[in-house]
Amino acid sequence: MSKSIGQILAIMRKDLISESRTRDVAVSVLVFALLVIVVFSFAFEPGAEVTKMFTNPQLEQIKLLVAPGVLWVSIVFAGVLSFNRSFAQEKEKGCLDALKLCPIDKEVIYMGKMLGSLVFLLIVEIIIFPLFSVLFNVSLLDPAIVLIAVLATIGFVCVGILFSALSVYTKAREILLPILFFPIVTPLIIAAVRGTGSILQGGSFGSISNWLGIMVAFDVIFIIVSLFIFEYAIEE
Amino acid sequence: MKERIMQKSSILPVTSVALLLVSVYLILGYVPTESTMGWVQRVFYFHVPIAWLSYLAFFIVFVCSIFYLSTRERKWDIIARSAAEVGVVFTALVLVTGSIWAKSSWGTWWEWNERLTSELVLWLVYIAYLMVRSFATEEDRGARSAAVIGIAGFFSVPISALSIRLWDTVHPQVDIFKGGLAPEMLFTLLFCIVAFTVLFVQFLLMRISMRNVEVEIAKLRYSFRR
Repeated sequence: MSKSIGQILAIMRKDLISESRTRDVAVSVLVFALLVIVVFSFAFEPGAEVTKMFTNPQLEQIKLLVAPGVLWVSIVFAGVLSFNRSFAQEKEKGCLDALKLCPIDKEVIYMGKMLGSLVFLLIVEIIIFPLFSVLFNVSLLDPAIVLIAVLATIGFVCVGILFSALSVYTKAREILLPILFFPIVTPLIIAAVRGTGSILQGGSFGSISNWLGIMVAFDVIFIIVSLFIFEYAIEE
Repeated sequence: MKERIMQKSSILPVTSVALLLVSVYLILGYVPTESTMGWVQRVFYFHVPIAWLSYLAFFIVFVCSIFYLSTRERKWDIIARSAAEVGVVFTALVLVTGSIWAKSSWGTWWEWNERLTSELVLWLVYIAYLMVRSFATEEDRGARSAAVIGIAGFFSVPISALSIRLWDTVHPQVDIFKGGLAPEMLFTLLFCIVAFTVLFVQFLLMRISMRNVEVEIAKLRYSFRR
């Protein structure tokens, strides 16, 4: 048991070190997330004629309705980008074959890749959240929102890594991964957006307990299912 | 082999056409019009059987995917793939008939309510299932990837339905039949469920035998090339 934990951490460390040396995925993912936020603000920021129709508190309210959606869409899109790279990178120089030849369980590879991706995405969120707070003038510094972010990100990574391994051997994998990924993570997106929304509206911790429950259930189910089927996904 | 296919293809199609004709008569001529929703409510007798079959199809995909991954026998993959194809068509029909019904009873073609949205998510998951097949570079890998999605997709559907139900609490819950179904309505509904299930089995068997022939042809082609 402790041996496989060491192996998992080794794979995770390998991923994080190679990312910290090149930083190419991190930079592109961050720029992409920022671009999504900017594009959405163009789409949803009320123009001058709309602003006249509403009072200031009403406009604030509208902004609070839009903000959680924009935040989570940008994170999900950025996440898909990083999942695409997670196994594509391994494949490019034959590392994936080496990884599969290692005398370790396939579950260890899954957990290692998943934790590496999880840490990476959480770091991206640590950078994106303050930026978003400034651009949308909302405060995301709330323990409930942090909890939502962690639970949602665990779920995204669980599913994302499984499908990344699966799509790495197909044609057009950049297109295939989002098509596989989005329908499956629908419950997470709904829960994260609604949960964040009700916290921003001033809701209490208890008001989002349903959403937290759904996210925990999703995470647990998909970690277990993925551990069972991952070996078939990367099999040669 | 040839005789078996012939036999299969003569009894079932005739039965399913006959059953469907009777159910069209039952829906249009026999069953009384529902008092509040009117004539359009008759789409219900198509909608419910098709919806049940769309779930059945994806349950078959799930079970056959597990069997395929554990035994690696080609037949499970063929059944799963055929069921997914028929299931995608039936799910599309559920969405269409649901929209027709929604337009008449809620006034809009689409409501982001629990049933419609989870059906849509189901449809998208299994479209992805079929796309993996067409994008796969080798047949075996495609079969394996699809089986992985068949299993993961099956687990995601109930949890999607649950989250959409929570999301949907602002919408009024629609009572379909306050006083329960009249006996004629119940009979028509049950008859349609049987008729459509026979049709579904017919489609599934057709697709499986076509797929078997395709495999056969591929083998022949391979042996000729050598």
